[in-house]
Amino acid sequence: MDSVIHDVLLVGGGGAGLRAAIAVSETNPGLSVAVVSKVYPMRSHTGAAEGGAAGAVRPEDSLEAHAYDTISGGAWLCDQDAVEAFVEEAPKELIQLEHWGCPWSRQPDGHIATRPFGGMKIERTWYAADKTGFHMLHALFQTTLRYPPITRYDEFFVTRLLVDNGRCQGVVAIELASGRVQTLFAKAVIVCSGGGGKIFPFTTNANIKTGDGMALAYHAGVPLKDMEFVQYHPTGLPFTGILITEAARAEGGWLLNKDGYRYLQDYDLGTPEPKPVKRSMELGPRDRLSQAFVKESQAGRAVSSPYGDVVHLDIRHLGEAEIDKKIPFVRELCLKYQKVDPVHDMIPVRPVVHYMMGGIDTDIQGATALDGLYAAGEVACVNINGANRLGSNSLTELLVFGARAGRAAAQFAAAQPAPSAALIAQAEDEERRLKTEFLDASGPERVAPLRKEMQAAMEAGAGIYRNAEGLNDAVETVNGVRERFQRIGLDDHSRTFNTELVSVLELSSLLDVAGAVLDSALARTESRGAHQRTDYPDRDDDEFLAHSLVYRSDDGAPRVEFKPVTVTKWPPGERVYGRKASDV
Amino acid sequence: MSETLTVPETVILEVFRYRPEVESEPTFDSFEVPFHPEWMILDALNYIKDDLDGSLSYRWACRMGVCGSCGMLANGQPVLTCATYLESLLPGPIRIEPLEGFPVIRDLVGDIGDFMNKLSDVKPWLIRDEEKPVEDGEYLQTPSQLADYKQYSMCINCMLCYSACPVYRLEPEFIGPAAIALAQRYNLDSRDEGAEERMDVLSQHDGIWGCTLVGECTEVCPKGVDPAGAIQRYKVSATMDYFKSLLMPRSSS
Repeated sequence: MDSVIHDVLLVGGGGAGLRAAIAVSETNPGLSVAVVSKVYPMRSHTGAAEGGAAGAVRPEDSLEAHAYDTISGGAWLCDQDAVEAFVEEAPKELIQLEHWGCPWSRQPDGHIATRPFGGMKIERTWYAADKTGFHMLHALFQTTLRYPPITRYDEFFVTRLLVDNGRCQGVVAIELASGRVQTLFAKAVIVCSGGGGKIFPFTTNANIKTGDGMALAYHAGVPLKDMEFVQYHPTGLPFTGILITEAARAEGGWLLNKDGYRYLQDYDLGTPEPKPVKRSMELGPRDRLSQAFVKESQAGRAVSSPYGDVVHLDIRHLGEAEIDKKIPFVRELCLKYQKVDPVHDMIPVRPVVHYMMGGIDTDIQGATALDGLYAAGEVACVNINGANRLGSNSLTELLVFGARAGRAAAQFAAAQPAPSAALIAQAEDEERRLKTEFLDASGPERVAPLRKEMQAAMEAGAGIYRNAEGLNDAVETVNGVRERFQRIGLDDHSRTFNTELVSVLELSSLLDVAGAVLDSALARTESRGAHQRTDYPDRDDDEFLAHSLVYRSDDGAPRVEFKPVTVTKWPPGERVYGRKASDV
Repeated sequence: MSETLTVPETVILEVFRYRPEVESEPTFDSFEVPFHPEWMILDALNYIKDDLDGSLSYRWACRMGVCGSCGMLANGQPVLTCATYLESLLPGPIRIEPLEGFPVIRDLVGDIGDFMNKLSDVKPWLIRDEEKPVEDGEYLQTPSQLADYKQYSMCINCMLCYSACPVYRLEPEFIGPAAIALAQRYNLDSRDEGAEERMDVLSQHDGIWGCTLVGECTEVCPKGVDPAGAIQRYKVSATMDYFKSLLMPRSSS
């Protein structure tokens, strides 16, 4: 089997991975860096992010205000030391990206423009029209081309972390074009492969968001943290699940029920004003807006559509010029994918799975419990997002914590000996496993029906509202799917660009992630943020001001533990939106 | 959509197949898929892969026209399959092939390694004589300065323009529309000072001069980028620079 040695290896080439790769090179230009991704970096899902990236720069803003919005938005499940580091480094990272060419939208005098965003009391969201993630991704990717020590492994699928002597020392990966299995040794590995929204059927996530990095770490014995917290974005297009950015509401859009009524006023989110009011109504946090949708639908006040109930997002009053200037992609997406023109028509929307607050448990430097293994971006959980992420914090998070993980991994790698020769045997085992369990598999089960069954079970049991019965039903279904997965068969046994093999490996990741979400959700017998238990409707700070940690047992079953949240300055309090200004 | 249009129940897709381990020549497989008015070509391909033949290979990711993965030929036209309704190609059969101009790895998957190298060659990053420390804040750029290059920054690297470009198909050395547009994206950025360095690459024979200004690239671009305009503009400024260089030393230009 072919093998190569690098100093630092990134699994994933989206925003976090590319930012980390540059950080490694800037920390120590002598280190060789490998960016290993199952897609070309510019195909990464960072590119689909629309609305913006938060960083406090306006004179009336402060780091404390950004931290408070984040922590209260996260229902006090954020680690406050991590949030403090995050808000402090946020503006620097956004300026750094400006220096790397990101085409941020501007004020008339040439300074950076900012817009309001959900759950944020002050305008602090930097944006590049409504293609912010796209421009950030391409600016980062193009900037990495300046750094000769960064080597790319495009379209390589990582199947296993190599661990010896308690230290992660590389990966095994399949080169998709040839089907060759390769060993890529490294003195430090950073997992930056994004989330796993495809455990659900209806999601804004790209087809590639299958939680592979979470599954890799989980199998290496590293716990996944706060996995029960799955964010539904309140405004997705029906059928496709395409995201209509929160910026549409930040610029003044209204959410209307079938009677044309701004129903959020009935859900303790404030009183309607013609212009957007921060931390109020349509600019409330995503968890509360998605939950309000469910209640409105249950009350029979939503609009029926062939793809389930919807409500209307109305931006017509903004006018064509403003829409084309501030949110042109919203118009493009609606025209192309929904056949409506938001200049003249209301946009049908419904909540859609968007983001995983949980992920690989890391510390504030991006380090995991396994030496040599780091993680950053959506795949990781530091945790700055708590029980509900605020829109526009995740793009900034991947910069701040991508850079932190890159710096920490560079320092770690420089002090390590060469990888252990014993790992060759592990890599050969992995190559045999891939061949016998997957590539040659000719059992009766097929990947697509298994995936669909798992997704349907997750939507039924682990959606916006949950209870023990529904979660247990989902566990049973997912376990059944996992068992049938042992009898998988492929139509395609060839090596060249075998995307069926990729789908099977991805389903294996998805099943691990789905199981972790369900068991964490069962263990948290309270309601907080995006995790709402109808059988435990109240928040319980005495018992659950704590992060869940799910470990993979030797028999494959998840085991859940809890560890306390770090509180520095902001004692747990009520989440107040649209009422009397909360005390910061 | 008109209510009176007769909607077929199914549509036939004739899909290009090439499995190098099995066959030495490409073939076409015919698949009958259900017709839904909201389906894109990509939805039909996913139906084939999930329900009819798991061995069909193609790339896709975002299904919202921004990742640039799913470009193919539909009835001979380069399109993003996630953004092209089946309905627009009725009654069928609809012929699906890999983008032209790229070596086929497998089925609908082309090898874009050549483009990735060309992308690097044009130095698509901000070049400054002196970089300002982050602590000193952002470079100022007015909305109109941003507008000077913005459209060229919208390229998603989907490769439709290369597939449409008659020059690239005949002369694979030609650096090609998207790479030139991207060079212009930085050249026209008020923060950038690297136009001269990029000119060294682009003014070579296979740089901008290969283009015969057919304009197909601009026509097929799904994102409204105008590579043909970028190339034209570049040629003009390269010619100006050439004449200036005859009159004065290069460093003062």
